[in-house]
Amino acid sequence: MNSRQTEKILSVRNLVKHFDISGGFLEQLAFEKGKIIRRHTVVKALNNVSFSIAPGEIFSVVGESGCGKSTLARTAIGLYPPDSGEVFFGGERIDHLSPRQMLPFRARMQMIFQDPYASLNPRMTVRQILEEPVFFHRPGISRAEAGDRVAAVMEQVGVDPQWAGRYPHEFSGGQRQRISIARALMVDPEFIVADEPISALDVSIQAQILNLLMEAREKRGLTYMIITHDLSVVAHISSRVAVMYLGSLCELSPADQMFDHPRHPYTRALLSAIPRLGSKKKHIRLTGEVPTPIRLPSGCVFHGRCPYADARCKTEIPLPLSPEPGIITACHGLEEGRIPLSPE
Amino acid sequence: MSHLLEVKNLEVRFALRFGDLTAIDGVSFTLDKGERLGLVGESGAGKSVTGFAIINLISKPGYISRGHILFDGENLAELPGEKMRDIRGNRISMIFQDPMMTLNPVLTIGTQMCETLMAHRNISRKQAEAVALEKLRKVYISSPEQRLSQYPHEFSGGMRQRIVIAIALLTDPALIIADEPTTALDVTIQAEIMDLLLELCASEDMGLILITHDLGVVSRVTEKIAVMYAGKIVESGPTENIITDPLHPYTKGLIRALPDPERRGQGERLQQIPGTMPTLTALPRGCSFHPRCEIKGGICEKEIPESRAVKGQKREVACHMAENPSPPPVYEREGA
Repeated sequence: MNSRQTEKILSVRNLVKHFDISGGFLEQLAFEKGKIIRRHTVVKALNNVSFSIAPGEIFSVVGESGCGKSTLARTAIGLYPPDSGEVFFGGERIDHLSPRQMLPFRARMQMIFQDPYASLNPRMTVRQILEEPVFFHRPGISRAEAGDRVAAVMEQVGVDPQWAGRYPHEFSGGQRQRISIARALMVDPEFIVADEPISALDVSIQAQILNLLMEAREKRGLTYMIITHDLSVVAHISSRVAVMYLGSLCELSPADQMFDHPRHPYTRALLSAIPRLGSKKKHIRLTGEVPTPIRLPSGCVFHGRCPYADARCKTEIPLPLSPEPGIITACHGLEEGRIPLSPE
Repeated sequence: MSHLLEVKNLEVRFALRFGDLTAIDGVSFTLDKGERLGLVGESGAGKSVTGFAIINLISKPGYISRGHILFDGENLAELPGEKMRDIRGNRISMIFQDPMMTLNPVLTIGTQMCETLMAHRNISRKQAEAVALEKLRKVYISSPEQRLSQYPHEFSGGMRQRIVIAIALLTDPALIIADEPTTALDVTIQAEIMDLLLELCASEDMGLILITHDLGVVSRVTEKIAVMYAGKIVESGPTENIITDPLHPYTKGLIRALPDPERRGQGERLQQIPGTMPTLTALPRGCSFHPRCEIKGGICEKEIPESRAVKGQKREVACHMAENPSPPPVYEREGA
């Protein structure tokens, strides 16, 4: 691991992304204590997130809805400009590039979206959908060559190339997701970000799509960043897992470590909540609800629901620390040794 | 022995332009007082239609074409609308997937709760509020007195679903039908809601029909499972038996396709079921699972398999080729 530290495919440093949702000028005005004041409402989606992904990894980001995992994915590949922080792709800084300068990088990273009903243009045939990125990124390519490529990639994702003339609505959900994967593969990327790639699909189809992703990775030497809330899938396929809560990274460790010895109190609660076949084990009960990212709690964002929280947790934001190589946790309790390492 | 609910040979059809479509085809199961049943299957398998049929909420062009639904001795399939209203939302309550869709956004929680109660009982608003408060406490809503005057948007997803459950409990029903009650919620909240349902079933002696696609959830909550595929129950029996030793190749496939937390590694493959579920308009001849089945024989393409009892166990399977229960179990359970 250490020798490859320099050749990370993607690294992100101190990423911050806030969204201003206060609307137009008039909507921002409020009346308080006899004065008119202008007020901004800001969603703090990402707060100081850092990590890096090595080539060939399957890096998963998990967390509950609204924790900022999709924002993280989109900021990392330059779909959102970060408010502060740095994004490096293949050693080069990409977060401040103009759209034109970004172009060569765009072909090297692709994205697969959750809902295959929304992510495919209903008025384009499968052939048009698949050809579009190729013509865009390789303007010199001939029609015949693009056609061959479409056939080859469709074959690879298990959709009969004879159906290239059909429209998305003629396919089932699973097949549409195969087409989305095909579209991502068309430009031979190195890095694919998949945002909840299977959560819109039926159980028996989920396994098919996951296997397809794993197969494509082996054949093409891809690196994945997978965003999901499905922890059992994460345990099954990932090499490393990052757990997010309210825009902050709680824990980042190799999948084995995370599932055998979860450290952060939130990770423990999350893992114990996975419904497992035949398991009647009690899960860790979290009290309270997830706070909103508009009014972030002071100190550690998790302190309101954490069974181990004390006075320090309420005031001081925990820094990401590495108790062992390859493992990062952000928790005062772990740092002070207040929380026993191995639960149960 | 009489059951709380007995569904026998239920058939639901939808009258469409090109002819009738059979959405539910000969579904039978029973539920006793306080018992918990899981209806499992993929989307389009007919689980929700079964749930709706029980409370007679199949709307046109759908209709119940055959079979009966005995609830406390009454056949709900033939009950006139007037009488059905005494049962629906009163003795049988239903909980739906998305709490934001089931709650009325422009009415306060208190109004919605009292409305339900006053429709079924001859009581005053004050009395209704007292009952509402009691039920809100049961589902662990903090400071319920203030909550009554709040609107649904002021609650989080998990709280909303708890309020929906409180509404379902208002009339002390004997049976609750929960249609994917936690699918729209996060895992930590899902676990809480499932615990709550379990607890309530025990304390109120309520029957529960849990409709879900998630075998993990079902195995945690229910005592019995019925697995549905293309409108039929393909396998049913005690949860324990079905999870540890599934007999129908579809159930086997579903269980094997689940990511196994014990068998993991970077890029690890899952066992998949090939193909997709057929649409109801183009069901294959014979057993509807045969195009995806790995143990099919010649007979599967010709004859529809009847549900048959499994020797020595209280379970049924509808498959020509399935053998009797066999050790060793297909799925190793953790910490068993």
